[in-house]
Amino acid sequence: MKTALAVCAVVLCAVPFVGLPAFYESFLYLLLSAIVLATSWNLLSGYSGYFSFGHGAFFGVGVYTTAALAGKLGWPFLWTLPLAALAATVLGVALGAVVFRVRALRGELFALLSLAITFVLSTIALNTVDGGPGIQVMVDMPKIAPTASGVLYLLMLAAAALTLWTAYAMYHSRFGTGLFAIHDDEDVAEVMGVPTYRFKLAAFAISCALAGLAGGIHAIFVSYVTVAETFSIALAVNVVLMSALGGTRHWLGPAVGAIAITMLLYAFTSGNAAVVGRALSGLILIVVIVAMPAGILGQILKRFRREPPARPRPEAILTDLHHAKKSGEPLLVVRGVAKAFKGVQALAGVDLDIRRGEILGLVGPNGSGKSTLINVVSGHYAVDRGSIRFEGEELVGTPAHRIARAGIARTYQIPRPFQQLTVLQNIALRPMFGQVVMDRASAEAEAWRWLEFTNLADKAYRYPGELNLHQRKFLELARALASRPRLLFLDEVLSGLTPAEMDGALRLIRAIRDQGATIVFVEHVMRAVMEVTDRVAVLTYGRAIAEGAPAEVMRHPDVVSAYLGAAHV
Amino acid sequence: MPSATLLGQSVLSGVFIGALYGLLGLGLSLSWGMLRQVNLAHFALAFLGAYVTFQLAAVAKIDPFVTLAIVAPAFFVLGMALHWFFLRFSVTLLNTLLVTFGITSIIEAGIQWYWTADFHRMENAYAAVRWKLGPLFLALTDVITLGFALALALGAWAVLRFTDLGKAIRATTEDAPIAAAFGVNEKLLGFLVSGFAASVAAVAGLCLALNHTLAPVQIYAWMGVVFAAVMMGGLGRPIGPLVAGIVIGVSEAVTMAVTNPTWAPLVSFSLLIVILLLRPARFS
Repeated sequence: MKTALAVCAVVLCAVPFVGLPAFYESFLYLLLSAIVLATSWNLLSGYSGYFSFGHGAFFGVGVYTTAALAGKLGWPFLWTLPLAALAATVLGVALGAVVFRVRALRGELFALLSLAITFVLSTIALNTVDGGPGIQVMVDMPKIAPTASGVLYLLMLAAAALTLWTAYAMYHSRFGTGLFAIHDDEDVAEVMGVPTYRFKLAAFAISCALAGLAGGIHAIFVSYVTVAETFSIALAVNVVLMSALGGTRHWLGPAVGAIAITMLLYAFTSGNAAVVGRALSGLILIVVIVAMPAGILGQILKRFRREPPARPRPEAILTDLHHAKKSGEPLLVVRGVAKAFKGVQALAGVDLDIRRGEILGLVGPNGSGKSTLINVVSGHYAVDRGSIRFEGEELVGTPAHRIARAGIARTYQIPRPFQQLTVLQNIALRPMFGQVVMDRASAEAEAWRWLEFTNLADKAYRYPGELNLHQRKFLELARALASRPRLLFLDEVLSGLTPAEMDGALRLIRAIRDQGATIVFVEHVMRAVMEVTDRVAVLTYGRAIAEGAPAEVMRHPDVVSAYLGAAHV
Repeated sequence: MPSATLLGQSVLSGVFIGALYGLLGLGLSLSWGMLRQVNLAHFALAFLGAYVTFQLAAVAKIDPFVTLAIVAPAFFVLGMALHWFFLRFSVTLLNTLLVTFGITSIIEAGIQWYWTADFHRMENAYAAVRWKLGPLFLALTDVITLGFALALALGAWAVLRFTDLGKAIRATTEDAPIAAAFGVNEKLLGFLVSGFAASVAAVAGLCLALNHTLAPVQIYAWMGVVFAAVMMGGLGRPIGPLVAGIVIGVSEAVTMAVTNPTWAPLVSFSLLIVILLLRPARFS
């Protein structure tokens, strides 16, 4: 593998020195620039699912930066390239900083704003640097190859190598895993400790920088820069098309698509054929989206997908899982927390103490605010007022991923696994973004323990869609445990399970308890609540009305009336 | 500073161009808000309508308004076909954007192939009619556009607000399975809404042909502005995009009068960004 790569590199670098006609250098140059653009687009849009229709704009910023600095002001060409990348990055970060904060419609909003930015930039370019007729870019080429087209080819080759390496490295890192989680379910990703806002912004910045770099090189290639040619929508369409065709979920997919589309469009370059080419690319886009969502590379990989050999099973014994000892002092202190949704007061001033090392049963009728309380503590919803202190630190106003990193984990009542990640990846995500940040390899090793613990080891390479409800619930549990939480919220983990499955789940919960974990157990199954909890708290109408030993609380008159209604005798 | 007359004329023309933004935005807002489809091809469809109107009027010498009787029903069917396609392949919201992007490329290429990339202008008797209101000029074609925009927006609003059909559509928008459980034929309603949205594109196409020179590349030029109007005006709301469109149109026209006309495309984008910064809750 390594030798093949080295041979490839040597051959590609040697191209300008063997005296091929300039045509071949130019064609290879176009191929490479397509690879750079499609692959860099995919870093944000393919990995995280935020489709950008404005990649042409960031490319264009690079073109105009170099055109203005090198062509008009006479700066040395190579020096303008980092600035071209920088200009595109600054613009992307500015746009992202505004759009990525929005919570609903964010994908569509981003797509449309990125579409608009192409026109905005072409307007700015027309009114400032360009002035109408365009810019002539004549520069002294660095003498690294015999011909000018050879130099440009080598520069774009370097850019392509850099881009592919970036895509590869991101794909295999926590950064990439976090982006894929954002793609599947951004809210859950945030609650699992992924700093979603920062990750999206960083991916966008890298994506824009590479597009800007390609633009800077391209300014010299075209040598005469005009607004109409530079800021074209066709480029944005082609980039999306290349990535979708090749496969957006693999780092190499866009490159495959870029080669295929560039070859295809090359056959339709002149005159009326260009129109046919455009219609054809539109048609291919539709067919790919509808019929081949995984793209060419995705299809091929699916065909050759082998189950990796079963891993040596790690011992499932939990050592030093929990630092907590039963001490009775409060771990989480909730005071006066209120939250309303469009007039419905879900939480109306909750006061609650959760003590270190206990299992607290949180019960209450449907709609009493149990799930809202979990959502508020985990940072998914902002509270209207009140305070939540965890180990003395205020959680109100802290972003959800920070709360997750502080050691609070939750399960979802209706499992929300990342659908396009394997079971193993789903679980390994947590340790990657836990209290102790792990790299991908050690996170996967950690994940295997929890697969073993929840009896999911033989499903490690399956996707969540292939699991039954019981297994999905255990996946939720394993995912929460893998972060080694100090405080764990279990939201109706038993609902929908058969009695036998329920017993299995209770055994697991006891095993977690025996390690001294602090657990908040939200459940309707009273048998289970009475069996495993140390204390019980009752919520109704968004207030905690009773707190204490299970048997006592259940006799409390307010609790009886909340569940059964007041007695009228 | 420009004179009061120039400013007044700018505001007036801003209102009229804004009416066209609103007209284009109406169909988009309905299909986005109610069918969860972001239909980029709406613009290509409007331009296709404009070109067909142009062809029928210029070559076959049919009155532009009579052409509407042919184009609007045809587009109704096209809209339903598109909706069928989305249902058949259960295309997700984001993918509707991509698919309609593809459709846009195809329609644009088709237009360029048949009518070439050159500019076309529909000669018609209506364009010559102008009135003088004090120092200001008023063109009949502009008034017609505003009339269509108001009539369709108010009509759609009234249907949604006051009729049983409207109630059923709103119920489906909110929760389709529950509405279906109450006996609403949600499938049929979906076809109705998408057909109506496409017919509105035909009307917008007529207004485009009456007021503007046509070229295939202009399809993209309208997207940014009209989507800004839709997002400011609200999804699934008929009147919002019209109001927002007029606000944008007037701001653009005043910008053109006060500074260089080439800066106009920045206005809608800036307005949208400002709203995003000040009122992010509007989008959640």
